[in-house]
Amino acid sequence: MAVPRVCVLRAPGTNCDVETAHAFELAGASAERIHLFRLLEDPSRLNEFQILCVPGGFSYGDDLGAGVIFSRQLRGQLNEAMREFLQSDKLVLGICNGFQTILKAGLLMRRGIENSAEKPLEDQVTLTWNANGRYTDRWVRLKVTSCNSVFLKGIDEFDVPMAHAEGRIALKHPELLDQLRENSQIAACYWSPAAVEMAKASGDPTRIALLPEPENPNGSLANIAGLCDTTGRVLGLMPHPERFLFATQHPQWTRRGLRGEGDGIRIFRNAVTYFG
Amino acid sequence: MLWEVEILPIGSEKDYEGQRVLASAKSQGITGLKSVISARTFLIQGELTPEDINRAADQMLVDSVTEQFHVRQLPASSADVASSQAQILLNVLLHPGVTDSVAENAVKALTRLNLSVTNVATCRRYWITGDLAAARLTQLTKKVLSNDAIEYVVKGPLQIKDLSLGSEYKLKLTTVPIRDMNDDELMVLSKKGQLYLSIAEMKTVQDYFRSLQRDPTDIELETVAQTWSEHCSHKTLGGRIHYVETSAGKVVRDVHFNSMLKETIFAATVQIRESLGKDDWCVSVFKDNAGIVKFDDRQNVCIKVETHNHPSAIEPYGGANTGLGGVIRDPLGTGLGARPVCSTDVFCFARPDYPADQLPPGVLHPQAVMQGVVSGVRDYGNRMGIPTVNGAVCFDDRYLGNPLVYCGNVAMIPVDKCDKKVSPGDLIVSVGGRTGRDGIHGATFSSVELTEESEHISGGAVQIGNPVTEKMVADVILAARDLNLYSAITDCGAGGFSSAVGEMGEDTGAEVWLDKAPLKYSGLSYTEIWISEAQERMVLSVPPANWEQFRDLCASEGVEATAIGQFTDTRQLVLKYGETKVGEVSMHFLHDGRPPVIREAVYDIKENYLASGAESDKADFTDDLQKILGSLNVASKEWIIRQYDHEVQAGSVIKPLVGIHNDGPSDAAVVRPDLNSSRGLVVSCGINPHFGDQDPYWMAASAIDEAVRNCVAVGADPSRIAILDNFCWGNTERPETLGTLVRAAVGCQDMAVAYGTPFVSGKDSLNNEFSYEDGSGTRRTVAIPSTLLITALGQVDDVETCVTMDLKGPGNLLYLIGETKDEMGGSHYNLVNGISGGKVPTVNKEGAPKTFRALHQAIKQGLVLSCHDLSEGGLAVAAAEMAFAGGVGIKIDLKAGSVVQLFSESNTRFLVEVAVSSEGAFSELLAGVTLEKLGMTSTGEELVITSSGRQLVRASLKDLKACWQKPLA
Repeated sequence: MAVPRVCVLRAPGTNCDVETAHAFELAGASAERIHLFRLLEDPSRLNEFQILCVPGGFSYGDDLGAGVIFSRQLRGQLNEAMREFLQSDKLVLGICNGFQTILKAGLLMRRGIENSAEKPLEDQVTLTWNANGRYTDRWVRLKVTSCNSVFLKGIDEFDVPMAHAEGRIALKHPELLDQLRENSQIAACYWSPAAVEMAKASGDPTRIALLPEPENPNGSLANIAGLCDTTGRVLGLMPHPERFLFATQHPQWTRRGLRGEGDGIRIFRNAVTYFG
Repeated sequence: MLWEVEILPIGSEKDYEGQRVLASAKSQGITGLKSVISARTFLIQGELTPEDINRAADQMLVDSVTEQFHVRQLPASSADVASSQAQILLNVLLHPGVTDSVAENAVKALTRLNLSVTNVATCRRYWITGDLAAARLTQLTKKVLSNDAIEYVVKGPLQIKDLSLGSEYKLKLTTVPIRDMNDDELMVLSKKGQLYLSIAEMKTVQDYFRSLQRDPTDIELETVAQTWSEHCSHKTLGGRIHYVETSAGKVVRDVHFNSMLKETIFAATVQIRESLGKDDWCVSVFKDNAGIVKFDDRQNVCIKVETHNHPSAIEPYGGANTGLGGVIRDPLGTGLGARPVCSTDVFCFARPDYPADQLPPGVLHPQAVMQGVVSGVRDYGNRMGIPTVNGAVCFDDRYLGNPLVYCGNVAMIPVDKCDKKVSPGDLIVSVGGRTGRDGIHGATFSSVELTEESEHISGGAVQIGNPVTEKMVADVILAARDLNLYSAITDCGAGGFSSAVGEMGEDTGAEVWLDKAPLKYSGLSYTEIWISEAQERMVLSVPPANWEQFRDLCASEGVEATAIGQFTDTRQLVLKYGETKVGEVSMHFLHDGRPPVIREAVYDIKENYLASGAESDKADFTDDLQKILGSLNVASKEWIIRQYDHEVQAGSVIKPLVGIHNDGPSDAAVVRPDLNSSRGLVVSCGINPHFGDQDPYWMAASAIDEAVRNCVAVGADPSRIAILDNFCWGNTERPETLGTLVRAAVGCQDMAVAYGTPFVSGKDSLNNEFSYEDGSGTRRTVAIPSTLLITALGQVDDVETCVTMDLKGPGNLLYLIGETKDEMGGSHYNLVNGISGGKVPTVNKEGAPKTFRALHQAIKQGLVLSCHDLSEGGLAVAAAEMAFAGGVGIKIDLKAGSVVQLFSESNTRFLVEVAVSSEGAFSELLAGVTLEKLGMTSTGEELVITSSGRQLVRASLKDLKACWQKPLA
């Protein structure tokens, strides 16, 4: 199997780059942590990689909003490089602050990669303050709700930790939600046993009532935890799959007798397998 | 041209800041407030057209999905600002020079949009409506909307015209005519100049300059004051102490310590290391910025715990923020630099519902202090990507004017990077943040008592941190370390460059070029540059041959590195500004010239204990249990824990909250610092100021026992536990106060030796008192309870052997390990029932280590399903917590159905769950240890405790958990 090369892109304030690179390595990729400034000096360096991952953290302190400054560099100085990357058969993963960054950079909301200059939903979808107004760290259960995403292939439900202050999806116009559904862009939703029943009734896991805290930890619209682009090759996820590589990271491993791997590794392995 | 961009949430979005203000005002008793609307505002200066400023807002500053904005040119006329007659418009701005990373990043980001922006400031804006008397409005403004230590408030539309900061600075050398001063004049100089030196010290300085036949410059005096401050030199506890201990009028101990800490706490470590011989696992203790012990063949582990009490009293957010930021720089400045892997934070506050109308002048409401402190720690730790995994919160009203904030950090360091050595010729290099007027006199300020005036005179000592800068510094320094680009490193903490360079150059000498230091804004004097405690700075010694490579590496990640001097071989500290020498002091005088502090310490052992309350004739204790679970010290801290990222770096093994709903109180945290290894670090703490009120010796012993047993309870190897001491005491110039400290230190020494747990680092914070004038004009002083925090750093060979405290299922056996004694003194049963007296818990020095070893073997062999230590609230509370954490019932029967059996807080005890099938193997391993089979776990969702069939406690797990979760929800 070919070993894909991963660019784990770190900006000032990124702080999940080491464990995210470790996750890709464990999954069989070759991961390199690249500083944003190196890419700004030479955007063509991105050509060396098959996977671009923007990891979690507080890029630029989130000083002008979560992921904002980093996103402006991706869609500013690096716009051309990003366009080229998206047009090739390559993958992009944004986790937590990385999700906030790629969303606000417009990478998730381009309609067709062939003409990725067209970004109909850019700046229409945002990640904003948790409904409880606070940074929150807790484990959540997710339901994969799009068959489109390369990263989530073969996964149905899984546990994973979230840790953020601004993870609530909000839309400029309510009708955009239907567009996201139609495009299969709602990649994963917060989930619970009650949600299973509600989904049975509605016939669509993305069409159920807003789950209460803590199942939906941030009040995100339609319980959305992750979005993908229309091709399924770009994924943004608020929770942190790189924090569930080992069973012992699960909050209940001592209760459930969990050993070995954690479910989070599957997301990274899917990315590697895509190039196999 | 100056513009403002005012940003408000759109109608469908919540106004979080407005809500915070309303809630906070309510908790502080400010009535009459009807509504608050808030906006965040950027003030932007530059050659900007209206189109430019709209573009700035639209493309960078505003989230168009959730926010709306208004742009206007300043100064604003009142017609410009939407505000009705009934509304009061208030603007909160940072004092010039206070760290504002949002503004700094805005300048850079807007410049990248090709906008010619020269300056940005941020401002919070509020429209208040309500029926507020002038006094209430002032209270709201000063205590809820802003903090005047760092902010100021402008009423009405902003009239600012210009944001430029700084002024031209022309060198003006100041000499202080100290040689001719009499004692009174010396003391006036000491106090007014915020040197806070004693008369003996001032006279020593005077003699030194008389011998040089010249008067000192201001910078020379400041250098001496910083170096000799209690904060930097620990002169009291490291000094000479005459300690007399009496009992029933007889002297039972009379000791002359030459250096009290060395002869007690440090001596214990020396003794332990000697007895370990070639198996000694300490690497570097009590000499560097953090203690270092062995971890595995490739890496050692460092730990340091600090306090940041006085700054947190005045500005809780900034104080706690920079407290954590500061302690992270300690391991980073240890050896050649360690990589931070987790943090621990312990706070002491007055109760958060303290009556607002009874607050002494100058004191912030404890609710506001708690909110601010938690937010400060949260924002620094989370932003740096260091998980905050452990902590505790103690409540006592004596912390009202003087809250305690302990921050600790654990970090990994390669085995070959644990030593540093400065060589003459190496460049003195400042890395990281720029120098401003922030934090002037922090070292001397932290060493004196707080008063109601402190928030005014010491405001300059309070700062806001910038964690992203520190993260960038840490990343680049660790990269440079692995390239061997520098020879030594230390952090810039209290005392700023003065302390850092003074310490690093102690054995060589140094020449400093103060004009080279990069400044946040112009206008700083040479002395301000030298003693500024601006955050996020490290000082390194870089061989000239590596300088360019080092500087370029830093620049490549956006970190500023500047050579500000050179180490010499003169053993003189020479300070220059341009070509002018502004100061010269010998390193010998600076480090060895301070006259020894000599103190008296007395302690009277009281043996006349009162009855313990054990003679209760109550039949049912369910109420008492619920009261204890709902007491602030015991109650769930989930509200705090969930705001901390406790899982970043992916090392989390045992989290602070465990159980079937992830909400039970873990005994300790376990973290895997290396994702390629199964070896783990265990972090826990012990603190119980209430025992100290009775006997500081046993408080120290109990704190050590608690920290160690918390560690052992999750699986740590008891033969590999390092401990740290943090003493927070009142004014130790009083012999009685110092006496309690010495007695606690002796307790630390005895217990560390008995347990084989070496102290590897420690710190003290004295003068934790608050004095004020009460309504009748009487001067009152409130001293904190003597508070010793013990932090334990344990290790576990294989993290998969760890256990948690939540019950795992019905039908398992429950054992009580350890001996329960009539030790109700300082217990939570007494506390919630208002009972005084009783003996405080003691420790069986021979038995305890055996218990720890036996339990550890049982855990290691997988015989223990769950384990919880017995601490606040004793057996009843431990049983309740295990049951509701696991969602599993308990039915136990006690031999003696007494208050003591249920609620005594005797040390070295655990409640463990063991499968029936493991019974034989378990009891065999525990042979020789006091062990009592109490009963079983059950399918019923309740806790039932009986004694010979008589019911003592019966409650549903749901009710017990609700009691425990309610107070701090």
